[in-house]
Amino acid sequence: MPEPVTEQDTIEQLIQQMADDLRARLEAARMRDALMVGIHTGGLWVAERLHTLLGFEQPLGELDISFYRDDFSRIGMNPQVRPSRLPVSVDERHIVLVDDILHTGRTIRAAMNELFDYGRPAAITLVVLGERSGRELPIQADVVGRHFDLGEHEHVKLSGPEPLELSVVEAP
Amino acid sequence: MNISIQQGRLIDPANGIDSHTDLHITDGVIAGVGKVPDGFSADSHINAKGHIVCPGLIDLRARLREPGGESRATIATETAAAASAGITTLVCPPDPSQPIDTPALVDLIRHRAKQSGHARVLPLGALTQGLAGQQLAEMATLKQAGCVAVSNGLQAVESTRVMRCAMEYAASQGLTVFLHAEDPWLAAGGCAHEGAVSVRLGLTGIPEAAETIAVARELQLIEQTGVRAHFCHLSSARAVRMIARAQYDGLPVSADVAAHQLYLTDMDIGYFDTQCHVRPPLRSQRDREGLREGLKQGTIAAVCSDHQPHAPNAKLAPFPASEPGISGLETLLPLTLRLADEGLLGLSEAIASITQHPAEILGLLDDGEGGSLATGARADVCIFDPEPYWELRADELQSAGRNSPFLGWELKGRVNCTLLAGELTYHTCD
Amino acid sequence: MRQHSLQHDSEGRLHHLLTIEGLKRQQIVDILDTAESFIPVSDRQVRKVPLLRGKTVVNLFFEASTRTLTTFELAAKRLSADVLKININTSATVKGESLLDMLHNLEAMQCDMFVVRHADSGAAHLIARHVAPHVSVINAGDGSHAHPTQALLDMFTIRRHKGEFAPLTVAIVGDIKHSRVARSLIHALTTLGVSELRVVAPKTLIPAAVESLGVQVVHDLDAGLRDADVVIMLRLQKERMQGAMLPSEAEYFSTYGLTEEKLALAKPDAIVMHPGPINRGVEIASSVADGPQSVILEQVSNGIAVRMAVMSMTLGRAPAEGESA
Repeated sequence: MPEPVTEQDTIEQLIQQMADDLRARLEAARMRDALMVGIHTGGLWVAERLHTLLGFEQPLGELDISFYRDDFSRIGMNPQVRPSRLPVSVDERHIVLVDDILHTGRTIRAAMNELFDYGRPAAITLVVLGERSGRELPIQADVVGRHFDLGEHEHVKLSGPEPLELSVVEAP
Repeated sequence: MNISIQQGRLIDPANGIDSHTDLHITDGVIAGVGKVPDGFSADSHINAKGHIVCPGLIDLRARLREPGGESRATIATETAAAASAGITTLVCPPDPSQPIDTPALVDLIRHRAKQSGHARVLPLGALTQGLAGQQLAEMATLKQAGCVAVSNGLQAVESTRVMRCAMEYAASQGLTVFLHAEDPWLAAGGCAHEGAVSVRLGLTGIPEAAETIAVARELQLIEQTGVRAHFCHLSSARAVRMIARAQYDGLPVSADVAAHQLYLTDMDIGYFDTQCHVRPPLRSQRDREGLREGLKQGTIAAVCSDHQPHAPNAKLAPFPASEPGISGLETLLPLTLRLADEGLLGLSEAIASITQHPAEILGLLDDGEGGSLATGARADVCIFDPEPYWELRADELQSAGRNSPFLGWELKGRVNCTLLAGELTYHTCD
Repeated sequence: MRQHSLQHDSEGRLHHLLTIEGLKRQQIVDILDTAESFIPVSDRQVRKVPLLRGKTVVNLFFEASTRTLTTFELAAKRLSADVLKININTSATVKGESLLDMLHNLEAMQCDMFVVRHADSGAAHLIARHVAPHVSVINAGDGSHAHPTQALLDMFTIRRHKGEFAPLTVAIVGDIKHSRVARSLIHALTTLGVSELRVVAPKTLIPAAVESLGVQVVHDLDAGLRDADVVIMLRLQKERMQGAMLPSEAEYFSTYGLTEEKLALAKPDAIVMHPGPINRGVEIASSVADGPQSVILEQVSNGIAVRMAVMSMTLGRAPAEGESA
């Protein structure tokens, strides 16, 4: 069992702080009626909390990007795929996209591809609980909970949903 | 030319012999068993030590594809395969491409066989012209031309009246009728035993009743007409019981079974293995046990190969569209020996089912024309080593047909030498 | 030759879909779950996911079909695959080497999947046995043997309406003997473990030994429908009249046709299904086919999601040992 790197109350604090950042950001940009979308599975856990904290009007959306992965032919179909659900139209709407860890950027690319198949959003704001080095695509988050400095073979993993726990694991 | 086959275990069921002794041959005829006959001096010796010496095998049913199907196989290729399997006499049934309903066809087949010189081929003459089931074939003429018996092949004689007349006429000519018992209407379109497997695979079934109804009709007619009849390649336990009853009642009927029917059932079709597409179809486990029991009790006297060589294409089709049949010559002996290994038959009885008994059915035995090693009989001899295990492999089959569900099986017993009227037609030793 | 695992790869994943027989319960549930995820795709602005982009799917139809062919084509296109349709003249007999030659020619064109329909039972197995290792084969109906995607979409439809399979009583009514749909349905429903599965037809349309598949045979329609949760009607082919299996369409309708009065014997919330195409007034009354309990049109649209699931799961496997792309 890897040691948690962040105590649970600290995670909740992190999320509270992210909520504050995001609120300020949305207000500054005068973005109203935004749709929050969490990426399965970890991103959705974080999004659920942010959604409650910020009191979003629109119900939370969820994305399973299994059908959009660029490594599909290498790793195959995920049998635990869940339906994506966007409760309202994304056309001309501001989207707050939430994920747990931003690493290579490929998941976010897939999520944006999927969002665009639902329509043409007005803008997308990216919120992540953690980010780490190793970007392979020119993607960066607008709101970040915490930055991790990790070795090449280390990964940061979020477990949940209750309690949320971040841990660093050695990649096999 | 005098040959002595020395030190073998001589098994000659027709003469009740099973002992280690020598066999002497003069000019293609058995000169004697045991001590050297007076005035006999061997020109050559065959050392059969550790091997079994028995009469050359007689296969009651083998399709040779010639004339008409030379792209698949020829008399030359198939008789050579037969020789390599210890077979010296093959019975060739008529089929629509070679109905054997004229003396010319009989001559052609016999001539080709003689030319190739590997095995004797006995054609079954047609029962009806063109096997159409309407007009009687010229059976007396066919008999004169050399047909040992008559048959309508796999074609049904639909009209009971025509069948009755054909049997009456055959009886008048002293000909045995070889019967393929299958009701054409119940079997129509079918390709597998009607049962749990056919329902699962969605294959049109051939019910057991297709065989038993035909057996019942033919038995009634045999009783009425007094013809001598032989049921070919039975497939169901119930048919065996019906024939046992008829034999008990004194009807002149005999029967054979194809070797594959004693080992396989419809379950072996698995998921559409076309090598198991045969006609009559592989039936249930109960049927297989019934056929084995029939062989043990003597109701079924002979085991045949029901040899049907096919080009690979014939089996590369969806199951119902594939051609039925097994290339069976080269598995006849090992599969029959296995019956003895499994304890169903004694070794001598097992050998009798492919030598003495088919010779009796064909009326060859008393004339010394096969099935026996009695002094004066023709020297058709098979010498085999009963011990070695070997795997049946497609590329090692001698037959032009490599279609066998037994590919990959480990078989036991291999032919060393085959002599046809004293001539070596096959040998692995020197 | 271990043919039983022909449709699974060395790691037990679905490589081909040839028959429902031999699928594990969880495997069927996985397919239905995946299909569920594809449902929203059809409601979006872009009704496509990029999953099979760059893959080529060949619809190889040796037997006429409109609906199955169309839904397979649509499913492949919604997965962003390239789709090739080859209709082989149904009167021409294509078998043996000519069939396999054709397959190898298509493989040489870098195809990844064959969706096969053929009039002979076992055709899909034959093809699966002879394709290159990286190619997947989906059986879209072979003779009277199997039509696995139809059964899966029916399971999907049943699950959407009934939730659980365990408490259900299901009646399949009609020509069981010649129906590949019936065989696949029977395997699916017994694997998912319905409480009672009845096949209802006169003896002439019931294959011998059908009880061995785990069904109860009923010859009386009233008894067959009583308290059923799901009623699946099968299409009656007109040829059955010539084959001496039935006296007339009229008599069939009066004894085995599903009318509103007959349907009243089933549970009040029973659903009525039909794999299509429907013979109105032969096996089912129009008022029932179009009535409130009918889910026949839903079956058709569910067919797309289910076929998307099957295609993506068979093609979307990491290559197993011994396979090369």
